[in-house]
Amino acid sequence: MKLTGARILVESLIKEGVEVMFGYPGGAVLPIFDVLYDSPIRFILTRHEQGAAHAADGYARATGKVGVCIATSGPGATNLTTGIANAYMDSVPIVAITGQVKTFLIGNDAFQEADVTGITRPITKYNYLVRDIKDLARIVREAFHIASTGRPGPVLIDLPVDIQLQETEFIWPEEINIRGYKPTYYGHPGQIKKAAKAIGEAKRPILYIGGGVIISGAHREIRELAEKLRIPVTSTLMGLGGFPGTHELFLGMLGMHGTVYANLGIQNSDLIIAVGARFDDRVTGKLEAFAPHAKIIHIDIDPASISKNVKVDIPIVGDAKNVLGQLLEEIGKVPNTEEWLNQINEWKKKNPLRYKDDGKLKPQYVVEQIYEVTKGEAIITTEVGQNQMWAAQWYKFDKPRRFISSGGLGTMGFGFPAAIGAKVGCPEKIVFDIAGDGSIQMNIQELATCVCNRINVKVAILNNGYLGMVRQWQELFYKKRYSHTCLSNPDFVKLAESYGAVGIRVTKKEEVRPAIEKAISIDNTVFIDFQIDPEENVFPMVPAGEAIDRMIGGMA
Amino acid sequence: MKHTISVLVENKPGVLARISGLFSARGFNIDSLAVGETEDPTVSRMTIVVDAKDERVLEQIVKQLRKLIDTISVVDLTKKEFIHRELVLIKVNFNKDNKTKLISLIRKYEAELIDTKENIAIIEICSESEKVKEFLEQLKVFGIKELMRTGRVAMAI
Repeated sequence: MKLTGARILVESLIKEGVEVMFGYPGGAVLPIFDVLYDSPIRFILTRHEQGAAHAADGYARATGKVGVCIATSGPGATNLTTGIANAYMDSVPIVAITGQVKTFLIGNDAFQEADVTGITRPITKYNYLVRDIKDLARIVREAFHIASTGRPGPVLIDLPVDIQLQETEFIWPEEINIRGYKPTYYGHPGQIKKAAKAIGEAKRPILYIGGGVIISGAHREIRELAEKLRIPVTSTLMGLGGFPGTHELFLGMLGMHGTVYANLGIQNSDLIIAVGARFDDRVTGKLEAFAPHAKIIHIDIDPASISKNVKVDIPIVGDAKNVLGQLLEEIGKVPNTEEWLNQINEWKKKNPLRYKDDGKLKPQYVVEQIYEVTKGEAIITTEVGQNQMWAAQWYKFDKPRRFISSGGLGTMGFGFPAAIGAKVGCPEKIVFDIAGDGSIQMNIQELATCVCNRINVKVAILNNGYLGMVRQWQELFYKKRYSHTCLSNPDFVKLAESYGAVGIRVTKKEEVRPAIEKAISIDNTVFIDFQIDPEENVFPMVPAGEAIDRMIGGMA
Repeated sequence: MKHTISVLVENKPGVLARISGLFSARGFNIDSLAVGETEDPTVSRMTIVVDAKDERVLEQIVKQLRKLIDTISVVDLTKKEFIHRELVLIKVNFNKDNKTKLISLIRKYEAELIDTKENIAIIEICSESEKVKEFLEQLKVFGIKELMRTGRVAMAI
């Protein structure tokens, strides 16, 4: 039987197991929306295409499945791009579908035309402009394969509206063969041997884990390796939850806003075992001064991430879970790390994460209370800036896929739509967006999405009336010249109420816990406006361009 | 140091943009780039001459090229035995005073006089980069009016 392009697309999505899509209609996707009208796929209408892309991203991170978003041509597609770039930087599998003007109008500056494959080429793992309806089913199949395998990432399909209307036989390709795309999943045995030997000989080893651990589901293997060999573990922002946050071997996050003991651990180690991390500048600080005594083992599925910033001694290309499995089998000699762990514990005792409890409403206290009330079981999304760092420092993540944050791109406005996606994917979970008063306003329109679709997320606005992280830099490095970082904000309680959600205002410390409890008990989306100490800073902090053991605010 | 990299890619729209976009986005320098279909019409070969300041940059270039979905294989020919050629067309001033000298130069470098018109001669040379460079150096005295080069193509032996 012949089907239209629009129907072939939707049938293909169903074949790929798609249960939900986030998006926004428009002229160049009308035929697709007509098919979606009575399709079994749940459709979440966001209020901005950027929200749809972030929601698909949050859904993918929370569930491990591919997130799908759709927008019309031109502005619909360009509005998706921030979300696509965000997913690209953090290796999140999403498939973005965009309508395109009719094939014969492409290149004509037609109404709502944009060169979407051109625009998204550097921010997608791959993209397609469908030129022939006969390729459509194969393209959808390939798109999901490319998005979800190897180092995952976003794939975009640009589908001209005339192809959506044409008809052809629907043939679902069972086999995929992309000759230029064959990810390496297992580590080279020779390299595994070398790594095992180096680990056996190390005196001050440290595991440095990143988002790759969560993507590959290697959290059990990391734990086994750390516990078996008594190796301390530090994590990037993206890796939080890849190793239990409450574990005695856990050092917290490293890098710019890492713990003192994690950074000292890295700087004094003689062997770094990096797993699914990419030595980002926020982690390494001044490159020449990074881990001067350490030999480096780097396990990553993306060969291009290895030796990109830091020269690696033992590179191992492969999937983290598989490679760690191989490594666990190979390890003979177990290093004696007791002295090293004692040293680290000393640093830990001397330089714990801390804040001044002076009776004012402190953001760190708010995050701690969210942790306690939710017993560490919530999914936490964040916006970007101080709110993000406080969430990362003060909420302890014991399990993977519980912390969802924009790491690479640092996208303000990510957390709220990402929370929507996470809640749709994991409806049984409590989902909290830890936000700032600046960031939340970048996608605040998604309140309507929450209320209309009964997607109950809780938003903790750490409201300091500033673009806090920028203000912090201005305070520390620009002589307190607060250039355009002071915000005049709407009444967030009334704003939530006007959308049909619930707003709670908190101005005192003793109100924090009851407000969180109340928010959780309410069967609706809740904004909690925590009016925090306005000039509280995120510490410790490594100033940009410094070595990571040159920290301010936090060293004893 | 200059490296000649041979890249096999899918012969389809957008692939050249992916490759050139990769170079510009990551700040790698392209000296020359030549593209053409191979014996298999679904595959194109690109010969890219890059200027990599050290081994790490070169390693990144090769890895980033390999990472592209449309890339089938990447070989750094500089690390192997290979031959290379470049074709150059040159317009120079031509008159009865310099005619003999020009023709002997063309013979010496095994170049070819393609056409002459009024006071202009069009010369073709197809050779190794060093020889081309020398030839162009020698031609300067005649007054080069226009110059067109294909970029290097190369093949492993």
